[in-house]
This record gives sequence, C-alpha cells and structure tokens, in this order.
Amino acid sequence: MSKKEYFIEEESLGVKKVSRRDMLKTAGVGGVGILIGASGIGSMLSITEGKASSAKDVVSFYGKHQSGITTKPQNHVYFAALDVTTSRKNDLITLFKEWTHASALMSEGKPIGELTSNEFLPPKDTGEAEGLSASNLTITFGVGPSLFVKDNQDRFGLKLKQPKELVDLPAFSLDALEEEWTGGDLCIQACADDMQVAFHAVRNLIRIARGKAVLRWAQPGFQRTKQADAKEGTPRNLFGFKDGTVNPDVKSEKQMNEHVWVQPGDGPNWLQNGSYLVVRRIQMFIEVWDRTNLKEQENTFGRYRDTGAPFGQKNEFDKLDIHHKQPNGEDTIPVDSHVRLSHGDGSQQILRRGYSYSNGMDLKTGSFDAGLLFLSFQRSPSKQFIPIQKRLSSMDKLNEYISHRGSALFACLPGTKNGGFIGETLFT
Amino acid sequence: MKLLKVTGSLLLSSSLLFGCANSDENSAKETVKETKNIKSDSLSGVTDEYRKYAIGEIEEFVKATEAFTTAVKNGDVDNAKALYATSRVHYERAEPIAEVFGDLDPKIDAREGDVPEAEWGGYHRIEKGLWVENTTTGYEQYAEQLMKDVNLLRAKVDTVEVTPDLLITGAVDLLNEVSTSKVTGEEDRYSHTDLFDFAANVEGADKIFQLLNPALKEKNKDLSTEIQTRFDEVFSLLNKHKIDGGYKIYTDLSEAEVKELSQAIDALAEPLSQIGIVTEAL
Repeated sequence: MSKKEYFIEEESLGVKKVSRRDMLKTAGVGGVGILIGASGIGSMLSITEGKASSAKDVVSFYGKHQSGITTKPQNHVYFAALDVTTSRKNDLITLFKEWTHASALMSEGKPIGELTSNEFLPPKDTGEAEGLSASNLTITFGVGPSLFVKDNQDRFGLKLKQPKELVDLPAFSLDALEEEWTGGDLCIQACADDMQVAFHAVRNLIRIARGKAVLRWAQPGFQRTKQADAKEGTPRNLFGFKDGTVNPDVKSEKQMNEHVWVQPGDGPNWLQNGSYLVVRRIQMFIEVWDRTNLKEQENTFGRYRDTGAPFGQKNEFDKLDIHHKQPNGEDTIPVDSHVRLSHGDGSQQILRRGYSYSNGMDLKTGSFDAGLLFLSFQRSPSKQFIPIQKRLSSMDKLNEYISHRGSALFACLPGTKNGGFIGETLFT
Repeated sequence: MKLLKVTGSLLLSSSLLFGCANSDENSAKETVKETKNIKSDSLSGVTDEYRKYAIGEIEEFVKATEAFTTAVKNGDVDNAKALYATSRVHYERAEPIAEVFGDLDPKIDAREGDVPEAEWGGYHRIEKGLWVENTTTGYEQYAEQLMKDVNLLRAKVDTVEVTPDLLITGAVDLLNEVSTSKVTGEEDRYSHTDLFDFAANVEGADKIFQLLNPALKEKNKDLSTEIQTRFDEVFSLLNKHKIDGGYKIYTDLSEAEVKELSQAIDALAEPLSQIGIVTEAL
C-alpha cells in the first residue's frame, strides 16, 4: 500500500494528522516506516471506533428529513425496488423498525450486529464492510403506490392514507418500459462514496426483509468520484455532457421547502417533510451518440459540451436565454433541445440526483447496456416532474439517443429521531 | 415395531434436553465453549433419531435403485424413466449424511461436467441416456456400477457419526442445494424432474427442523413459529405443481413461478440458519 493511500484512509477515519505525521517521523521513511505505520494505523483504528459519529464521512441517519436527498451526491448508488410478500401490517412495522436500527448503525460505519460467540450461527452482519469507513453512506426509504392498493386490494388498511400524488406515472410518449425495471412496493436508495459500502447496506437490508419483502429490481450506479474530480464540478453523463447544472440549491431551506419537501396541506400529514422520488431507468444508445457529430450533439442538448454553457453564453451557470436569436433570426437555443424543453418557463424545478449505470452488454444487440439511473426528488410529481417529462417525451431531440426502460414513483418517508422508526407516521 | 421405537427415543431425547438445561444454570460461569459441549451432548437423542431416519431413507434408496438399475439392465426404457425421479428422492432427503462420503457422492450423483467424462457414471449419466438418447443400450455397465456404489453407501452409512453440527449445518445445506442447483434446473437437466429433488431436499430439512423443534421452542418460540410458517409456504407452493402423484416437469414452470419458489426458499433458509441457537444454554 502506498503512502498516499494511507493519507486518504487516515482522513476518512477522522484521525488527527498530527499524530500520523509524528508517527511517520518516528518510524522513519521508506518501506520499513510504512510497515510500522501500518500496525500503528491498526491501533488507531480501534481507538477511533465508537466515535465514528464525529468522523468526517458520516452522514447522520436521523433527522427531520431522511438523508440521501439533499445530501451532496456520493460517488455511488445502489438502488433497490422491493415487493412486499407479507400480508400483515405488523410485519411491515417490524421490518421498518429493524431497517431503521440497522441503517442507523451502518450510517455510522458500524456492523449491524455483534459477533456472536456461537459458531453454529451465521454472523449477523455479512461482513464485507468490516473495517471500512462510513463513506458518507445514506439510506433512503420510500413506499410505492402498490403498497397501498394492489389488484384493487387495500393490502394493509392503508388505502385512505394513499396520497393523490402517489399513483403510477402516466404513460409518456416513446416510453418503452419493461416490467423487470418498473414499479415496486418499497424502495431503498443507498448512496456512498464506496460501492462496497453501498452494496453491503442493501444486501443486509434485503436479508433482514426475508419472509416479508423480496427484491423486485435493482440497479447500481456511479458518478465520477470526488478523488477523480478534485474541483468537484458538475458530473458528466455518459454522453459526455455536464448533467445536473440546473438544480435547486440544497443549502437553501426556502428552496427545498418550495421544491422538494412535502409541506403541510399538500396531502396526508404522514408524508410531511418527506418527498416524492421519481426513478427512471433510461438506456442511452452510446454507440449511436458516438458517431454523431459534435454540432449535432450540442444542438441536442442546447449546451456546449466543453464548458457546459448554454448556447449564446460563456459559462456553465450562466442564465439560459431562450429568447436569444441568431443573426438569421433562428432561436439560438433550438426549440427541441433538451435544455430548453427541460427549462420550460422555468417554473418547475426538481432536485436531480441521478447516476450513470453500465450493466455489461445488451444481449440482444451486443451493444453496451448503459445509461442513466434518473433519480429526482420533488414536492409534487404532478406539478413538477410530469409536466417536464411531457414536454421532453413529446419533442426532445435527445429521444433519438435514449429509451426509458424503467419507471417507478415512491413517497420517501419523513426522517425519524433516535428511538423512532422510518415509516412511523404512516403505519401507526 | 419400528414406530414404537421411534416414540421411545423421542421421549428420551426431550427429557435429556430439559434435564440438562438445569445443570447449565448451575454452572453458569463456565465458558461458552464448555456450555456448548454440554448442550451438544444433550442433543444426542435427536442425533440418534436423525441417524435412524437417514439410514431408513438410504435403505429405501437401495431398494429403489435396485428396481431402477434392473429396469435399465432389462432394457425397459419406460419403466426406468418412471422410476428415475422417485428413486432419487430418498438420496436427496438424506443428503447431509450421504454426502459425508466424498468419494461415493460423485459416483452416484455427479452431473455432466462435474467429473472428467471418463469417470462420469451414476444416476445422471443414465438420465442422459434415457432422455436424450431414449435408450438403455450401452448403459448397463453404469447401472451395474451404480448399484455397487449404492450398496457400498448403505454399508458405510452405519459408520457415520451424526453430530448436532451435522444436523444444524445439514438443514441449511439442503436448502442451499435447492437454491444453487435445483432452482436453476441444472440438477436433472435431461429429465427436468428437478421438482422431485427440490421437494426431497426441503423434506430432509423439514425432518431436521421437526427433530430440533422441541429444543428450539424452549429457546425461541417466535423463531420456531416463523420457520414452521415458512416451511408451510414452501410446501404449499410445491403442492401447486403436483401432478399425477408427482411433480410437473421443471420446464413447464413459468419464470415467475421459478422466482416465487426461489424467494420462498430464501425466506425459509434465513430464519432456519438461526437454528444453531439450540446449542446454547437456556
């Protein structure tokens, strides 16, 4: 292991740099020093254990809102949609209590259970995150329309609590939805700066759910890592363009209340301080895109690929000027460009938190199966996502290069305090 | 006569279990490991009982294999096909014990590709002849050898020491067998009679659970109830696929039905994997 790697690890553990430097000094430089340092790190690890909440890369699980929504996007996502198999409401309550407990522990970088002394039992925690930092893990839970009513059945006596907004999204033009990537009674969005940490979280939560809920579909996703992009600019999607430039400001409580968090009077009280999550699994035909000339690519987005600036402007965050005309009288930003249609009149804003995905090869075509796991949070799908997507699906030039293969809508529950559980407002 | 013997032994095993729980309390300060040994000893009634069950199944397996191999040697393709799946269930039920003999298991039960072609014999080799070539011709030698191996298995089984560990591990292993090879339809890839093996594995696991259940109830009644519920669910799913006293062929199941079975096994195996708590002091 190189020295550089050590420093990264050390920082993520929240270990004071001074002691580390002192140790290196004492130990000397070079291979031997590093070896001695290695055992030193081990002992520091045990000292810092139990104090994980003060570490830099821990996002608190508890709070008024669930984490993983306004949290700065981590490097990776593991998203899972589940079908509930139990028919008892009490099982659901038990499940969410156990999930809350386990999620709070994992968010602190801790295993979900003590090691048992009985070797005839499997370990409680699956173990692959042993010794890893919390990596800013967030776990966000949501409930889908089918949890309330499925096949006309009021499955858990929750029908009266179903928000008007929580219904299947309408069919949009050009939708090519596949059952295997669509819907779900529940969802888990686990985001972390380490894929193994994110996967560990979902794996253990699914294990806890055995007998009560099963996986319906799952999709991991990635962004450029923060290590790779020291400036932490807007990430680029697999078409090479910056994606996520126009997002409401997560640091502004006012904007979040206006665009993301469900407010009093919006619907049933149980969802207050929660949010709606739209998931779209969008396949991107990257081979086709790659043989499209730059001019055409930029016309498709209405932005310059290099800077990310909208047409007619210089910088990425410059304001979109949809009235700007070319000398020949044509719109500078084409009417069918992605940026223009997304923008509309500017009144609808959604908090996008998407990730790219690549699932190996599309067996039918031999092309990459790659694309965008679109994730957006909003206060009202009918007033925000749906009108935007209607515009996009009807005439977005980008539609030539993409296909919506999966879709789901979830109500992300409000947060909870230590001692409470996610879903408490809905189930009790 | 056999039945009476079983009852007596069951009673004996429960009294041993309960009797021991008290002595554990008295020596509460003993280390975990010691406690475990004491407790393991107290499960000996259960292990004896399981031994009888497994040997019983192997004896049935000997008889069934006799009929099957005879049909093969007599060139009776239809009869051999009819006997194939039902013979194997006895072996699949007793798999935790049968598999102890690492040399015999592949001879009896190896699938194509598990062993070098030249060494491949046993049930699945004959299965291929019956279903792919629709013949027994050329397979008489395999039938002959299979019978020898099964007889040897019967003789060796008497020497197996059945430990609580073997039961605890075996119950989950049986379901893992289902998850990794039956669910995928790879076990009986020519006859597609996988559901017979599937059900037999579950029955074998259920037997172990039933034997350990009195002790488990003492430890954790909720866990006992949950495992029972999950077994019921798996059996009711399997019942849906029963036909003419046997099971549908695996290729007749829809993808959704296969997934449903697979997830039901996961839902059962997870709580069943906690059954090791019977080794702990009360």
